[in-house]
Amino acid sequence: MNDMQTMTAETRLSNDAAPKMTARDVSVYYGAKKAIDCVSIDVSQEHVTAFIGPSGCGKSTFLRTLNRMNDTIANARVDGAIELDGENIYAPSMDVVQLRARVGMVFQKPNPFPKSIYENVAYGPRIHGLAAGRSEMDAIVEQSLKRAGLWEEVKDRLQESGTALSGGQQQRLCIARAIAVEPEVILMDEPCSALDPIATAKIEELIHELRGRYAIVIVTHNMQQAARVSQRTAFFHLGNLVEYGETSEIFTNPRVERTKDYITGRYG
Amino acid sequence: MSSLALFLIVLGLAALGWLMARARAMAFRRVAGGQRAHSLPNYHGWYVALWAALPALLFIAIWTPVSGNLVSEEVMSSPAASSLPPFEMQRMAILREAREIAEGDRPGGFNPQSSEIATVYKSALGRYRMIGAVVALLLAFAGGAFAFTRVSPHFRARTKVERLVMAALLGASTIAIVTTAGIIASLLFESVRFFSLVNPLEFLFGTHWSPQIAIRADQAGSSGGFGAIPLFWGTIFIGAIIAMIVAIPLGLMSAIYLTQYAKPAVRKWMKPLLEMLAGVPTVVYGYFAALTVAPLIRDFGKAIGIASATSESALAAGLVMGIMIIPFVSSMADDSITAVPQAMRDGSLAMGATTSETIRKVIVPAALPGIVGGVLLAVSRAIGETMIVVMAAGLAANLTANPFASVTTVTTQIVQLLTGDQEFDSAKTLAAFALGLVLFIVTLLLNIVALRVVKKYREAYE
Repeated sequence: MNDMQTMTAETRLSNDAAPKMTARDVSVYYGAKKAIDCVSIDVSQEHVTAFIGPSGCGKSTFLRTLNRMNDTIANARVDGAIELDGENIYAPSMDVVQLRARVGMVFQKPNPFPKSIYENVAYGPRIHGLAAGRSEMDAIVEQSLKRAGLWEEVKDRLQESGTALSGGQQQRLCIARAIAVEPEVILMDEPCSALDPIATAKIEELIHELRGRYAIVIVTHNMQQAARVSQRTAFFHLGNLVEYGETSEIFTNPRVERTKDYITGRYG
Repeated sequence: MSSLALFLIVLGLAALGWLMARARAMAFRRVAGGQRAHSLPNYHGWYVALWAALPALLFIAIWTPVSGNLVSEEVMSSPAASSLPPFEMQRMAILREAREIAEGDRPGGFNPQSSEIATVYKSALGRYRMIGAVVALLLAFAGGAFAFTRVSPHFRARTKVERLVMAALLGASTIAIVTTAGIIASLLFESVRFFSLVNPLEFLFGTHWSPQIAIRADQAGSSGGFGAIPLFWGTIFIGAIIAMIVAIPLGLMSAIYLTQYAKPAVRKWMKPLLEMLAGVPTVVYGYFAALTVAPLIRDFGKAIGIASATSESALAAGLVMGIMIIPFVSSMADDSITAVPQAMRDGSLAMGATTSETIRKVIVPAALPGIVGGVLLAVSRAIGETMIVVMAAGLAANLTANPFASVTTVTTQIVQLLTGDQEFDSAKTLAAFALGLVLFIVTLLLNIVALRVVKKYREAYE
């Protein structure tokens, strides 16, 4: 076993110009239990970042600290600093509502609202007042659905319920919904784990297309998926960030023994 | 032999059968050695006991009323009964007396004929009772013996007992259903009698309620009216309008607070406390309405210049009824809000919506069918509620939308029509059954619709 694994993660990346989000010494507690231990990581604007690791390793918990969704869990507590464009998102002056508009999220199970397809996409723009009138809203909805690759499939039935779509379509609808408020970062929490392989392929394709426009962080338990969609990979284990680097490096030449064991399928 | 003694003897036989079968099962269990019996000794015991008791008890339950009829028939056809007076009531009185003498409940008769008939009665009664007892005991013996011969290591007593237990439970639940059917039948029967006296159209659509029938044409109140519209209106005004104006917002808001905002510790003591409101006896609400709320409302009405404000107002009854209904609405709303998946809430919050935006735009719309179902159930409960309106709403059948005025409701009138000494065949009393039937049909429909709505919505999330 490697000595490095105990305290700080093995990180080797060419320095970005300015990372979109930075986490420094972030720990998360659920009551007395420590779920995340001193994680420091940079999320870049240009790349797709994948968090991998066995179940219960804390990757989803850490993802949820990035837009403060952990606030909704009664006994969760976050230590350390997370910055978005240099601004501490846990500062008292931070408006959580604004933060979540800038850092959107897509969940493990597709969760469209029981409203029409149109209303699902218009939900965010409406609560944030992004559209001045009906035609502007139409434009936002159309553009978001186009970017999510769903427009051609649903353009003739925008008034039908979003919950009537197939699982894969629902998930793309949720992505369109997240895109509609023009976020800067999109967090995806195992977005394909409830989908079949064809729907998964479509979402992965979509992630490729969205890359660059939004900073994307994706949690996945599927290593092939991480290898396919991401440029950077972070390996979490038992609440620690074990190794973080270029995806190609992590998968072909991991430096830490535990990463290698996981990637070669020895556990997880 | 009286029915009670017979009953106890049958039970005794069953107990004996239990002990014997169990002992026998114990015995072959020891003898069999390595081979295991299918069922434990207790099951063999129960199997025999049930076979001994159930057929006999069933027979007793059927025989008791049947033999009563057979006895009266025999008495009526005897020569002693031929001299009975033709007038129905007198005849019944004599027969009743004779029966009581025969059973030893009274020493002698007031009517001279009764002691003569009593002897006939006594012999008939004795004969039929003896037949009943013999058949019941035979059944008990036969059942027990039949079951006892089947006790063997391979006999599946356990499975049989299981099936009998299921049958017993089914029987228990059937009783409730049969009773409901009986209630409906009696309501229908009496209502049909009422509608033969009063035109159904006049009853359902008439606006004049004055339920009395004069004996002579020149008496006061000879123009009795059975138009129930003022009653229906009063019921809806109090139960479905005023009470719901109070209960829906308060119930819904407390459910939202309890599910979305309250900390677990607060919810833990606040929810039971709220539900305690449902446990307060309605008569307590009744005098709270009549003695505390009603005078306040009357004074308030007078103060704002409403001369017609009375101390029995629709508003007082409606307000208190609304308070009573709050736990209903809130616990139904609570259930349906909790049933909205957490993912919906997370999805909305992750879009940057505030908690209250999430509640208004996502959670309440998603929970709406369940909430509507809860409200319908609450309405059906409110319009059937009696005590509060009897004490606080008044008796005047006014057709008014003035909440400070006195109105009356269906339930109040039913109580009014049936309390005190009444003959049970006048239109006045029968009207109570017709009112009850209408109320029953309305609440039944409300319940069916509400349960359907709730069920449909539950399916959507499963």
